[in-house]
Amino acid sequence: MLLTVDTVSKTYPGGRPVLRGASITLDRGQSLALTGESGSGKSTLLNLTGALDGFDSGEITLDGVALSQLDDAGRAALRRDRVALVFQQFNLIPALSVAQNLAFQARLAGRLDRGWIDEITARLGLTELTGRYPEQLSGGQQQRVAIGRAMAGRPKLLLADEPTGNLDETAAGTVLDLMLELVRDSGTALLLVTHSQAIAARLDRRAHLTGGRVAA
Amino acid sequence: MIGAALLALGSHWRRHPVQLVTLLLGVALATGLWSAVQAINAEARASYARAADQIGAGGLDRLRRVDGAAMGLEQYLVLRRAGWQVAAVLEGEMRLGLRAIAVTGIDLLAYPDLPAIAESAAAAEIAPVEALTAPGRLFAAPALALALQGEPGLPPVVETSALPPDTVLTDIGTAETLLDRPGQISHLLVLPGQPLRRAPLAEIAPELIRQPASGAQDIGRLTVSFHLNLTAFGLLSFVVGLFIVHGAVGLAFEQRRGLIRTLRALGLPLRLLTRLLLAELCLLALLGGAAGLVLGYVVAAALLPDVAATLRGLYGAPVSGVLELRPVWLLSGLGMAVAGTLLASAQALWRLARLPILAAPGQRAWGSGRLRAPTQLLLALALLLTGLAGFAVSGGLIGGFVLLGAVLMAAALALPPVLSALLALGGARARGPVAEWLWSDMRAQLPGLSLALMALLLALAANIGVGTMVASFRLTFDGWLDQRLTSTLYVTARDDAQGAALADWLEPRSDAVLPIRSVEVQQAGTPLFIYGIVDHPSYRAHWPLIARSPQDWDRVMRGEAALINEQMARRDGLWPGDRVELAPGWTLPVAAVYSDYGNPTGQAIVALKQLLQRYPGTPDTRFGVHLASERADALADEIATTFDLPAGAVIHQEALKARSRAIFEKTFLVTGALNILTLGVAGFAILTSLLTLWTQRLPQLAPVWALGLTRARLARLELARAVALAAMTALLALPLGLVLAWLLLAVINVAAFGWRLPMYLFPLDWLRLIGLALATGALAAALPALRLYRLPPAQLLRVFANER
Repeated sequence: MLLTVDTVSKTYPGGRPVLRGASITLDRGQSLALTGESGSGKSTLLNLTGALDGFDSGEITLDGVALSQLDDAGRAALRRDRVALVFQQFNLIPALSVAQNLAFQARLAGRLDRGWIDEITARLGLTELTGRYPEQLSGGQQQRVAIGRAMAGRPKLLLADEPTGNLDETAAGTVLDLMLELVRDSGTALLLVTHSQAIAARLDRRAHLTGGRVAA
Repeated sequence: MIGAALLALGSHWRRHPVQLVTLLLGVALATGLWSAVQAINAEARASYARAADQIGAGGLDRLRRVDGAAMGLEQYLVLRRAGWQVAAVLEGEMRLGLRAIAVTGIDLLAYPDLPAIAESAAAAEIAPVEALTAPGRLFAAPALALALQGEPGLPPVVETSALPPDTVLTDIGTAETLLDRPGQISHLLVLPGQPLRRAPLAEIAPELIRQPASGAQDIGRLTVSFHLNLTAFGLLSFVVGLFIVHGAVGLAFEQRRGLIRTLRALGLPLRLLTRLLLAELCLLALLGGAAGLVLGYVVAAALLPDVAATLRGLYGAPVSGVLELRPVWLLSGLGMAVAGTLLASAQALWRLARLPILAAPGQRAWGSGRLRAPTQLLLALALLLTGLAGFAVSGGLIGGFVLLGAVLMAAALALPPVLSALLALGGARARGPVAEWLWSDMRAQLPGLSLALMALLLALAANIGVGTMVASFRLTFDGWLDQRLTSTLYVTARDDAQGAALADWLEPRSDAVLPIRSVEVQQAGTPLFIYGIVDHPSYRAHWPLIARSPQDWDRVMRGEAALINEQMARRDGLWPGDRVELAPGWTLPVAAVYSDYGNPTGQAIVALKQLLQRYPGTPDTRFGVHLASERADALADEIATTFDLPAGAVIHQEALKARSRAIFEKTFLVTGALNILTLGVAGFAILTSLLTLWTQRLPQLAPVWALGLTRARLARLELARAVALAAMTALLALPLGLVLAWLLLAVINVAAFGWRLPMYLFPLDWLRLIGLALATGALAAALPALRLYRLPPAQLLRVFANER
């Protein structure tokens, strides 16, 4: 099992509990859609899985590593080496060009494979755009760069939070197709947060969150 | 409607308190240092005015001898008999220990309405006539009165606040005794109410000239350059402070674009909105300005004693060391605060006035819409050329400052494109993803930080420039003192008779006794001191000549030529080979020019015999005594005992050097303090820029954090970024500072003081300053970096949140 989320709870300071013992599992190469109402804790669960934040109780084990045992540096290393993230807001690094953004995480992790990056760049239709900067790209183009950056380091797990939420229907369809294709070809597992039933239906499995728990 | 709009606009400051504090502090710092300098200048000006009016004679014409020498009683009597209403004045200096006291004696019988006496007598409840009757009265400011009261042999002292410090006013008879100059008159005051039928001056006293009141040589004129220097520093600080205001206002307006569009969409007219924003800015400027005035008062009060000591030491200008609160100063400070704030906000207001209602809301990156690099470089070049043209046309001190300002502003304008090019170069050579990101990120952040970096550049350049000037001066001055002060002891006798006896007594007890005899004459309305010297090898070996001619000393000693000081040479364009007119009908070739630092007036040296032929009454009271230094203490004690001389009449060379150095140290203490304060303001500008950029910084940092960099590393990189930018700015400030130093030494100093100094380089000082710049950058970035280090992940995650 690549990922095990075991009865994880999380309450933000001064707020109500967001997760109340949520549990999911994910195998290598598998894809799982997390669905639920707004405020149900989907994004929080995704963030905890990506070692972006700590949790109050329970345990998350990713690729044999118990996340509760990691300090800040350990969590940063996990994000760098084993997972990749794609957000709705694209979140590219504005100061870097498309080419530099695409290679950034792979270089951080010390796994730069120029051939693989060239292939990704071509498959995502970004070859002509590598010299540009994020502010010079459309939303769809920016999200394709974000996906390319995430996949360039061949992560074990791709975490995507509403990756097509900011795109129009045509661009959303193209981006999703490309992402699923890359995930499948590289054997990367995918945990994807979405509101869309249609998108959820295209993934291997689905988990629905309600009130901070995964519905049975 | 107005209330609702104000509430909406004001809500921005409640949500962004740091921005509000930044804006207020920017105004306060700009106003503070400017008004500190203005307070010092105003205090000095008031003291000069008091000095000029001390005998109510500031507005009266004067009669002087054409050759500038003292006049006698007979001339006074001739004029009085011819119907001229004149009052005789005797001016001189007496010593109270090491303290020089200016003594002014006036014929109170001829001018009983003298305002200062009348005022002081009324305050002290004595009849003015008591000043005339024996033993007379001395009028002095409270501090001096206290010191004089303990001195034996002096008439009773009357305290008065109508006189400047270190000045004694008395009847001319008392002054003659105090100064031991019986029957001498410095000049005559032409009193109001002259009879219509009186003989013309040319007929009855052709040797006298009438000097209009405005043409009288006054201290204000002598010290104008010193005050101009201070003003230039104040202006530099003001500009640096305005950079902070410009940045804060620019960001606040950018962040309120959405709100402003909404207000306009809801029906608020643009004109009213602009007026409200103007009113808001004026209110903030007044608040910041008021804080600035408090700051300015504190800084001025701290610096004034040193300034006063400098002005007294350099020019003999009697400046009070106590600061008074003047309404004009308060109003002008607040006026500068409002004007400066509006000037710094003009661009933001202009953009706002042209903002279309329907444009898509959203915040533009701060700093966008700035000038492009080539335009900025062209503007810098144009500024530089304008400065050069200004200097070529007007020259002098004002031209020098115009050129200086143009060079500094051109360099500031050119800084962002030059830094951008350097960062691009660094980025191209970077290895590794984090290094690449860091270089690119620094370049991307440049527009938001450029104003603060410009401020740092100016502050550092001023520091290097003034530092180099000061250090060059110190080095030159030390060597010059060693050359000029070659006698072991300097002795001042009470009068000529004692002087002659002293010289005879010293002859067998020393290696040499060199008389120091001089006379003050007027040359084209300005004072000229002519010294007469005897031939002695120490002059030939040590006198600091900077331009010479063959057999210069021989020709001077034969009475065929004169030496003149550098100030006079530069002012009148006289160099070896030219002829100098020392007095009407007395012209000599210039044999050589010597450096004469710290002296604002012209000076010439001729053979003593020649001087005495022209001015037989030249005082003979001062001597330089050459002897082995180990015998100096014993001989000094012997002189004081044998001749009953007061303390201060016998001075050791080392003490004189120390005193001279102390005067200059005080001058540079003031500029040094302003230097450090300017650097502090620049550091604050960086801090405020980083803090105001903070909200825009998170979306740039969060993705890098999410991709696997820890907050600690990001915080370190933030620090490194600020330090690197400060280091690059410091390196660029170095050549600029040296250009500034050259301008100060070769242009400003020559125009202001009349002397030119050699320029020395002090690499260790630069290293220290670069270190200080790095510390400033690190200190300014420390708070934002700490905030980043401690930032909870939940806040970073908000950047990625879909439902923000």
